[in-house]
Amino acid sequence: MAIASVAHTGPAAPPPAPAGRSRSLTPYLLLLPGIAWLTIFFVVPIVTLFGTSLQVPAEGGETGVFVQAFRFANYVDAVTEYWAQFSRSFVYAGIATVLALAIGYPLAYMIAFKAGKLRNLLLVLVVAPFFASFILRTIAWRQILADEGFVVSSLKWLHVIPQTATVTASAVAVVAGITYNFLPFMTLPLYASLERIDPRLLEAGSDLYGNGFTVFRKVTFPLSLPGVVAGTLLTFIPAAGDYVNAALLGRQPGTAMIGNVVESRFFRIVDYPTAASLSFVLMAAILVLVFLYIRKAGTEELV
Amino acid sequence: MSKSHRRPPLSPEAAQIVRALQAGRPSRRSMLTGAGALGMGAFLAACSTSAPGATGSATGGAAGTGTAPAGKPSPAVDTSDTDKVVNWANWTLYLDFDDKSKTYPTLEAFQKKTGIKATYTEDIEDNDSYYGKVQAQLKAGQDIGKDIIVLTDYMAARVIRQGLVQPLVESVMPNKTRILPNLAEVSYDQGRKQSLTWQSGYAGLAWNKAKVPGGLKNVSDLWNPDLKGRVEVLSEWRDTLGLIMMEQGKRIDGKFADADFENALAVLEKQLNDGQIRQVKGNSYKEDLISEDALAVIGWSGDIFQLVAENGDKWDFAIPEAGGTLWSDNMLIPVGSPHAKNASTLMNYYYDPKVAAEVAAYVNYICPVQGAQAEMEKIDAELAKSKLIFPTETDLAKVQVFYSLDPETETKYTEQFQKVLGN
Repeated sequence: MAIASVAHTGPAAPPPAPAGRSRSLTPYLLLLPGIAWLTIFFVVPIVTLFGTSLQVPAEGGETGVFVQAFRFANYVDAVTEYWAQFSRSFVYAGIATVLALAIGYPLAYMIAFKAGKLRNLLLVLVVAPFFASFILRTIAWRQILADEGFVVSSLKWLHVIPQTATVTASAVAVVAGITYNFLPFMTLPLYASLERIDPRLLEAGSDLYGNGFTVFRKVTFPLSLPGVVAGTLLTFIPAAGDYVNAALLGRQPGTAMIGNVVESRFFRIVDYPTAASLSFVLMAAILVLVFLYIRKAGTEELV
Repeated sequence: MSKSHRRPPLSPEAAQIVRALQAGRPSRRSMLTGAGALGMGAFLAACSTSAPGATGSATGGAAGTGTAPAGKPSPAVDTSDTDKVVNWANWTLYLDFDDKSKTYPTLEAFQKKTGIKATYTEDIEDNDSYYGKVQAQLKAGQDIGKDIIVLTDYMAARVIRQGLVQPLVESVMPNKTRILPNLAEVSYDQGRKQSLTWQSGYAGLAWNKAKVPGGLKNVSDLWNPDLKGRVEVLSEWRDTLGLIMMEQGKRIDGKFADADFENALAVLEKQLNDGQIRQVKGNSYKEDLISEDALAVIGWSGDIFQLVAENGDKWDFAIPEAGGTLWSDNMLIPVGSPHAKNASTLMNYYYDPKVAAEVAAYVNYICPVQGAQAEMEKIDAELAKSKLIFPTETDLAKVQVFYSLDPETETKYTEQFQKVLGN
């Protein structure tokens, strides 16, 4: 249809006339279920959350009772109190994203181009960890890397790590845990965009005297950028808000991330306004970071 | 890298096709703008309708239900006589369990005896998060699908104060009088009208016998440099800081000065920052004792006995010489439960000394029922001598119950404790 007509009329053809009125409504009708869903499960909760973030404790100080106010200072208090945990979250998430990219890219590349018959099996292996709850897997790591466990004892015996070192209960363990847990989210989009690359383009690169590295740098990598952008976003956004890894693999007080603070404020201290303002600030911060990143990386590739 | 490198070069023909395709449908950007406009409309609409609804409501979760903060919810109508079921939420490893048949023997017997169908779930992971989960529904007077919940003293005090539970049906509870005298009266529930002790226990010191051959006598023994990074303490701060305060010669069973609390907190902070304490944990310190990441802990008496029963005689438990804490977990009936009478019948059943002894033989916590010791003789004569199930006067003299804090102080202390943990 449209493609055929363009092909016939040649490069200078004007774009086809806009479609009729009923047709222009279609996208909005199609959007309706999505919008309804977002309204009920995103917009309404977020408005409520925003309302909660401005509340103040009720007179009498009963636990968990707050009255609606417009105390925007809640935000100032939350950020001044917890800026360290905020920065730690973004640093941990950033390092984990870079590590996941460094591990996930070669993995996806190998599966897409070199795996041959094993491709499907390897893909299943990438997804397989999802069959078990990620909390259980994180707890499993704690047992595997326990001080007296086989791995750490062996490393100590080989003098790879100092005799007094602990692997779990450290910042390294938290970052490693996040990297591990989000690796499939990085690998799968990378694989999807690498796998789509037309091999003839790579051949063309070689034909034009590009060596392996040049072809990778000038053809493969640029073509895989949608995967890189999607993968980094899918890793970074949940990683910044993660609290399970810090709770299970971290060590108080030095590894608390902002998710842990929200958990503590909400459940332990029963201070809903601060928990809500922290969640809001986290959302806003992630939104700004993602916006800047997409501006830099370009949205067109995010197909 | 410049923009042109990022995109594969397109031939003029291909570019035409792409452009035509994009012209034939709304571009993604215009779609997003449209969605944005619609979304914004919904946002504003929601703002204008639900923001006033949220006013005065206790929490975000309850927004829009229109509950006033002052008004307490009223108990649900009891349908126990026609609807013979009871749903019980409890903590893990807190009821006798038969591994072979995968059933709870005492609960099976209860169902046979009364014809009430009992459902038991290990839903309660800790007091705070369980409260966070159910409080909004309870404040709205809704049924949370549970007819009995089990909460530790301070949380039981909070839900009673806030009117989130309903009175026990005492007419079906003749066994209630069998409660141990020292548990019969609690400050938060005069006459035990809304709560009944499930089990009690001590917080004290536990250690790995092979790695800490000398054992531990006092909390300060945990700060021995040999144990650096292998010590864990409880995230229930009343237990951890309570033990430290007693070590510092303070009493915790009555009002104390903020400075006393802060002095204990300073000890904890120092040991955390020095790396002496590996982690501050809830129930999961047990796994770290098994993996030997933790060699010495502040832990709960019954836990250590269950560990020994399941994983070999590797650990020991002691109440510190300066004193330990005594806590109780209490059975309560949530305000929305329509089965208060069935729930009370079940509580009464577990206050039968014979049944109580069967439970105690499994959970190894302090049994709150008089006469259970005699019944225990018939089950296991060794256990009948256990000081941790049937406490001696000497032990009871060494332990203290953390006094009931007013909500403001409770919030303040919890906040200070959480900040020391980096939260």
